[in-house]
Amino acid sequence: MSDPLLAVDGLRIGFGPAKDGAEAVRGVGFTLEAGKVLGIVGESGSGKSLTMMALLQLLPGQARCSGSARFRGKELIGMRKSEIRHLRGKDIGCVFQDPLSAFNPVKTIGDQIVEAIRLHDRRISRRAAMKEAEELLAAVSIPQPDQRLRQYPHEFSGGMRQRAMIAMAIANKPALLIADEPTTALDVTVQAQILDLLRTLTRERGIGLVLITHDLGVVAGMADNIAVMYGGRFVEAGTADEIFYHTRHPYTRGLIEAMPKLDRPEERLVAIEGTPPSIWSRPPGCSFAPRCYFAQERCRQQEPELRDLEHTRSACLRAEELPPRETVAHAQDTGKDMTL
Amino acid sequence: MSNDETVLKVVDLAKDFPIGSNLLGTRPLQLLRAVAGVSFSVKRGETYGLVGESGCGKSTLGRCILRLLDPTSGQVILDGQDITTLDEREMRALRRDIQIVFQDPMSSLHPKMTVRQILTEGMRLANKAPAQREAAIDDLIEMVQLPREVLDRYPHEMSGGQRQRIGIARAISLDPKVIVLDEPVSALDVSIQAGVLNLLRDLQKRLNVAFVFIAHDLGVVRYVSDRIGVMYLGRIVETGDAAALFDAPMHPYTQALLSAIPLSDPRTERERERIMLEGDLPSPLNPPSGCRFRTRCPRAQALCAREDPMLEGVEHLTACHFPGPNPDIAQTCF
Ligand SMILES: Nc1ncnc2c1ncn2[C@@H]1O[C@H](COP(=O)(O)OP(=O)(O)O)[C@@H](O)[C@H]1O
Ligand SMILES: Nc1ncnc2c1ncn2[C@@H]1O[C@H](COP(=O)(O)OP(=O)(O)O)[C@@H](O)[C@H]1O
Ligand code: SF4
Ligand code: SF4
Ligand SMILES: [Mg+2]
Ligand SMILES: [Mg+2]
Repeated sequence: MSDPLLAVDGLRIGFGPAKDGAEAVRGVGFTLEAGKVLGIVGESGSGKSLTMMALLQLLPGQARCSGSARFRGKELIGMRKSEIRHLRGKDIGCVFQDPLSAFNPVKTIGDQIVEAIRLHDRRISRRAAMKEAEELLAAVSIPQPDQRLRQYPHEFSGGMRQRAMIAMAIANKPALLIADEPTTALDVTVQAQILDLLRTLTRERGIGLVLITHDLGVVAGMADNIAVMYGGRFVEAGTADEIFYHTRHPYTRGLIEAMPKLDRPEERLVAIEGTPPSIWSRPPGCSFAPRCYFAQERCRQQEPELRDLEHTRSACLRAEELPPRETVAHAQDTGKDMTL
Repeated sequence: MSNDETVLKVVDLAKDFPIGSNLLGTRPLQLLRAVAGVSFSVKRGETYGLVGESGCGKSTLGRCILRLLDPTSGQVILDGQDITTLDEREMRALRRDIQIVFQDPMSSLHPKMTVRQILTEGMRLANKAPAQREAAIDDLIEMVQLPREVLDRYPHEMSGGQRQRIGIARAISLDPKVIVLDEPVSALDVSIQAGVLNLLRDLQKRLNVAFVFIAHDLGVVRYVSDRIGVMYLGRIVETGDAAALFDAPMHPYTQALLSAIPLSDPRTERERERIMLEGDLPSPLNPPSGCRFRTRCPRAQALCAREDPMLEGVEHLTACHFPGPNPDIAQTCF
């Protein structure tokens, strides 16, 4: 059997002294096949960006990292700097929330894409690379690419800049694209364009995409699989349909119920009480227990592991017992206690 | 007081910002028309939602309503009184009637003051007798559903959601008639946002205060608003009852906006046809002739470049020469 495109296992990232420091990512694992989209969803501080940076060896210097992340069978964690530099920007492309930080402000967009291309392939001439850059800008639907090539990053609007960054990320025909909140800073009509572009790229070029976002809506139609992250762990994983229609984790359910529904605007939103844990003061047992509507005493003692259920994989001790969604919304409105 | 009573009326409001200046610094090189003639009204106890993409002029409009910015032209009529003509002293007396809550409560709450001091300060300005302040503060903190302990904390010691509740407490402490909320939940995680939105809905019922609710998130605006105005490049292009606007949008821009929102339903989302708008927002320094939306409008005709469409209709108003349902997309997007 051939290796999957990306296989992550037991990934841990910590800060501070190894003995009593804090862990921000605590045993994350997933696999991604070529042409598929994995959505990683979670609130701010849940460890999404660190997970991604670990794969690219872009973690801040003081971070400790262990576990395994194999790209086409090759271990990325602890890989030599020279080797990862060769993969990054070639076989693995990345797109961030803020494209401005990814571009050099004093060089034209064209020169920067040409550099990215020639960094990984010295044999290609500047002229040919510039021609390719133009085609890339056209591929990401930037109008008048020949003129746009000669412009500087600040001359691009936010949406155009994000397109240019995607163009640069796919310049060397990567097999894997990692996008961390690529549309968070964009307006909704531009977001729709960018998501459409990413969808097309995965379909037409067979690129595997890890799409990180805090917005469940963004991955609903985009992702084949979704992982919900909380307190440095995946607390639930499954196909998009499984997560949305058959969730078996109170946090996932909470996220869905907290979102305003355009088709059911009258339905009262259900807030999740409290705030996410800080990595320095994580509660014992289930990290979600202090905010969980279903928490029992045992949840505060034992940390649940992801386990296979009928539909999703869920890290909840009470996954099987959770009542249907409707009864919960009603109970919360009437103040009924569900912990028994 | 009847609820049919209009408490806030904005009439043909415009705001220009000077951009650059000539060599002597006496005249601006250009004027940026951030708000280009906006009219709407809000009834007592009602929420009027303003949506639109960044840069369309929502915050500028909000600030003009509060007179934090002076409008270039037009009127803001608060409870029958035109406040655009008031001088600073007269305006100060009216301040308590109209309040604002910002996106980032951190920047609007004094960092060196405890929550108690922040709330007391407001009451002092509103001439509330010291004896009553203590009890009023207890009421307020209960109303925004925070534990009493936060009274002795500083803003930086609280979470984003808690801080926003303090911002809201301060705004309602003066018993205003109108509160302008400028992206009040945009910086909050969705799980926290829901609580603040519910709180706002509940407070409004209880206090019968009018809200002008500004946000770029259509789902959020739909949840809290009775009526909605959709803005594009400084103008309201469509306005009406929230349900009517979302169920049967008539303006091509509203249709595109609604169709762009990702729905949290994978099956619908995968099958859905989208109206993809081409390109970006034009610069407000150089808006297109005629209809401002024409450079991105899938329905644009020659007439649209020549004539600026007026906002027309009764109850449900549209600024478009060719308004109507979108023929390519099954009516409504969900
Ligand atoms: N350089 C760092 N030093 C210490 N803690 C950090 C550092 N970077 C991130 N963290 C902590 O790790 C957690 C996860 O961060 P991050 O991966 O950026 O979250 P997300 O992308 O999900 O918002 C956060 O709680 C943050 O406080
Ligand atoms: N003080 C200012 N000086 C010049 N231009 C401004 C100023 N404030 C806002 N603008 C411009 O006015 C337009 C509307 O801005 P704003 O009201 O902040 O929009 P929104 O809140 O809808 O994002 C934008 O083009 C913005 O750049
Ligand atoms: S394990 Fe307990 S506290 Fe954690 S999510 Fe499940 S019910 Fe809630
Ligand atoms: S007036 Fe013309 S360009 Fe403007 S929205 Fe209507 S059809 Fe489109
Ligand atoms: Mg992040
Ligand atoms: Mg604004």
